[in-house]
Amino acid sequence: MSILGLTAVLLAASLAAGFLGALTGLGGGVVIVPFLTLALGVDIRYAIGASLISVIATSSGAAAAYVKEGLSNIRVGMFLELGTTLGAIAGAFLAAVVRPSMIAVVFGIVLIGNVCVSFGLGADKASNPSGPADRLASRLHMDGEYLSLRGLVRYHVRHVPAGLGLMSVAGALSGLLGIGSGALKVIAMDRAMRIPFKVSTATSNFMIGVTAAGSAGIYLHRGFIDPGLTMPVMLGVLAGSILGTRVLVRTPTRRLRWLFNAVIFALGVEMIFNGLTGRF
Amino acid sequence: MDSRGASDLGRGCDWTQAGVDRTISRLLRIGLLVSSVIVAVGGVIFLLRHGNETAAYAVFRGVPRDFRNVGGILKDSVGFRGRGLIMAGLILLIATPVARVVFSVVAFLRQRDRVYVAVTLAVLAVLLFSVFWLGLR
Repeated sequence: MSILGLTAVLLAASLAAGFLGALTGLGGGVVIVPFLTLALGVDIRYAIGASLISVIATSSGAAAAYVKEGLSNIRVGMFLELGTTLGAIAGAFLAAVVRPSMIAVVFGIVLIGNVCVSFGLGADKASNPSGPADRLASRLHMDGEYLSLRGLVRYHVRHVPAGLGLMSVAGALSGLLGIGSGALKVIAMDRAMRIPFKVSTATSNFMIGVTAAGSAGIYLHRGFIDPGLTMPVMLGVLAGSILGTRVLVRTPTRRLRWLFNAVIFALGVEMIFNGLTGRF
Repeated sequence: MDSRGASDLGRGCDWTQAGVDRTISRLLRIGLLVSSVIVAVGGVIFLLRHGNETAAYAVFRGVPRDFRNVGGILKDSVGFRGRGLIMAGLILLIATPVARVVFSVVAFLRQRDRVYVAVTLAVLAVLLFSVFWLGLR
């Protein structure tokens, strides 16, 4: 295929991925790597390089919106970034030394995990009673408040060490796979640290860019980030996600979410299968 | 004396949490916009010059050395080479969250929050170590 033709295909696919990712709240990054590798035969190292860049772009855009609304808990984000950035460096180093087929298998497992989480999170989204104050979290001034439909909601943050541990894993996966690890970040805050779901999502977006920047330098150094390939992926995913957030309010997302999850699940299975049979 | 120093960083910039949030938001937006424009311009130049060539991404060779360090990328951008410009835009994009952390250090200093000045400086150190020491040598 000519470079012009490939660029057009990449731009269209990335636009769709970013759009669906924003609509369903699953992020566009998770389908870009399988698409590039499985459908177009791109080496997985180039694919995760392009994906990581698109993750920085979309998360910066989303974070700009959330932070302005005061939804993100910046102290929680800052503190947990200690874990995610160190994890990201470790993950990026791993990506450079392990066999590509290993990356593919882990990627597949994470995709399937994402689907499970997505269905789980939808189920008890509303229930998150804020627990009592926690000594460490109080000392770190983490407790916060946000404006919900029912007025100002105050919440206490809990289980900081568990959250930090999960965040390190999220960072490592982000660096190894070139993804934002948004789902795991939200789990760490929503489930482990008992932070309200809305705040967790907003704070996760706030952290994704910094986490990805932690591994981007290593990707650059190892030659993972190809300008010709990354350009249409970054611009496409970004434009798609901006469009997606615009129409988010008017669309019935339940079915779409289900469909997108089914696609991700299938991609996960294929990544694992192809990884195990050495096709990477 | 505080308000004068604050106005240096941007219009309407105050050091309450809401003010800091707004400035972070603006910082991210500007970084994203400028880097996207540079990447798009570089992309057009790249396609005009190399659009007809055959794409080869199936085998990993690693990106040419020129596109892996600041010197090479700057040289190529000044010469308006497409891929050099794209890389310059991408580096600006990577720098955007780093700049946000730098700003957070200043914000926590202004808020006299010593714990978070230390936390944020530690994150910044990790990032700079990664980008400059492990990355763009």
